[in-house]
Amino acid sequence: MIAIIDYGAGNVKSVYNALNRLGAESLITSDSEQIKGAHKVIFPGVGHAKPAMEKLQRSGLDEVIKNLKQPVLGICLGMQLMCSHSNEGDVSGLGIFTERVRKFEGQIKIPHMGWNELIDPKGSLFEGITEGSNVYFVHSYFVEMGSQTSAKCEYLIPFSASLRERNFFGVQFHPEKSGEIGSKILSNFLNMNS
Amino acid sequence: MLKKRIIPCLDIKDGRTVKGVNFVNLRDAGDPVELAKAYSTEGADELVFLDITATVDKRKTLIELVERISEEINIPFTVGGGISELEDVGDLLKAGADKVSVNSAAVKKPELLSEIADLYGNQCLVLGLDANKVHGEWKVFTRGGRTETKLNAIEWAKEAEERGAGEILLTSMRKDGTKSGFDVELTEAITTETKIPIIASGGAGKIEDFTEIFTMADAALAASIFHFGEIPIPQLKTKLRQQNIPIR
Repeated sequence: MIAIIDYGAGNVKSVYNALNRLGAESLITSDSEQIKGAHKVIFPGVGHAKPAMEKLQRSGLDEVIKNLKQPVLGICLGMQLMCSHSNEGDVSGLGIFTERVRKFEGQIKIPHMGWNELIDPKGSLFEGITEGSNVYFVHSYFVEMGSQTSAKCEYLIPFSASLRERNFFGVQFHPEKSGEIGSKILSNFLNMNS
Repeated sequence: MLKKRIIPCLDIKDGRTVKGVNFVNLRDAGDPVELAKAYSTEGADELVFLDITATVDKRKTLIELVERISEEINIPFTVGGGISELEDVGDLLKAGADKVSVNSAAVKKPELLSEIADLYGNQCLVLGLDANKVHGEWKVFTRGGRTETKLNAIEWAKEAEERGAGEILLTSMRKDGTKSGFDVELTEAITTETKIPIIASGGAGKIEDFTEIFTMADAALAASIFHFGEIPIPQLKTKLRQQNIPIR
C-alpha cells in the first residue's frame, strides 16, 4: 500500500491517478498510523511553504514524516518542505535535506513553468532515465545545488531537480504529470525495496 | 532549456468538444476524453479544457468529465469555464485539474484572483484573458467574448500578475478561428509588460504561425487544426525542432 499524504496542500488526485495507471494501490490519507504503516509514502504539495508547513505542524505530520523508514518521495513543495529552510515565508522545513530553498530572480519568467531537461540524473530513482529527458516543472522557488542533489536542471542557474538522503527522495518536477518519463520515475520508486 | 509548449484546447459544450469560428457557429469535434487521451499520447505538452457554455448558462463546470479526463492523461491539465467562486476552484482541483483558468468572475471580482493564489498557490491560477481591439485600444471581453468591459487588456494583465496569477491564457478575439496566424501585436504588448508565462491563443493555421509566436510567447494553444487533424502534433513538433525552437 502506498500512502499519499493529504495535508490540504494541493492536488493529490493526480498523484493518485498516476499510481493507479501504474497498477499500484494507494490511499490518500492524513492519518499518521496509515502513513507509518504504508510500504511507501508520497509527500506531494503545491502552494505556499508557510501555510503548508503550519498545517504539517498542527497535525503532527512533520514529526511523522521525519521518522519514516520506508521510501518517501516528496514532490514539488513536498521536496522543498523536506529541506532545512525556505525563503518562501521564511520558514524552517523538516531538515531532512540540508539544502535551502530560494526564489528565482533575474530576466526570466517566474514561475518556471513547463518541460525542462534533467541533467546528470543519478541513482535508483532515475534508472533507465537518460540525460536530457524532459519533465514538467512549475515553481517559483527552487532548491539550491548541494551534496544531496541527485539530478539537476537549469533555469538561468543550475538547481536541484532531485534530492536523495537515505530513504528520502525529492523531486522538484511533477512525475505524475511528466508523461512516460514521469511514469518511469514513479515506477522506479514503486519498485524500490521497502 | 525550458521548452515552448504546444497546447490543444478542448472547448466543451454539453459534454462534447466543439470549436467555433470567432466564438460562434459551433461544430462538433468529438468526445473530449478520447481527444484528451490521443493528444497526451501524441506529445501534447499540456491540455486546456474550457467549458465554454458554463458562464453563460450559469452552469457549474462538468466535474465528472474533468475526473474522467484526469484519469486518462499524464500531462498537465487546465480547466476553465463557469468558475465563479473559490469553492469552484477547490472542486476542480479535487477532480484532478492542475490549474484553473478564470475569466469573467475575475473581472467581476478581482479579489478572487488573490484568494485563489493565496489558498492554492499561483502555479494553479491561469488568467483567461479574451482581448479585442476597440478604437485602437486592447479591451478585455468576458462571457465567452460576448461582453465588452471597460478594462484595458494590458493593465488587466498587470493587475492579475500582481494578484498572483501564474500564467495568462491570452486569446485574441479578432484572430480566433480565422487560421490567419496568432496575434503578434497583442501577444507582444502583453509579454513586454508582464513577467509570467503567456499562452498565445487564437489564429493558429499553419506551422509557421507557431514559429512566429514562439519568438515571444511561452506556449501556444490551438483547437481546430488539431481536432480535425490538419496539423498533427508530432509533425508540428518535428518541424519546430528543425528550426531550433526548444521543443519537448
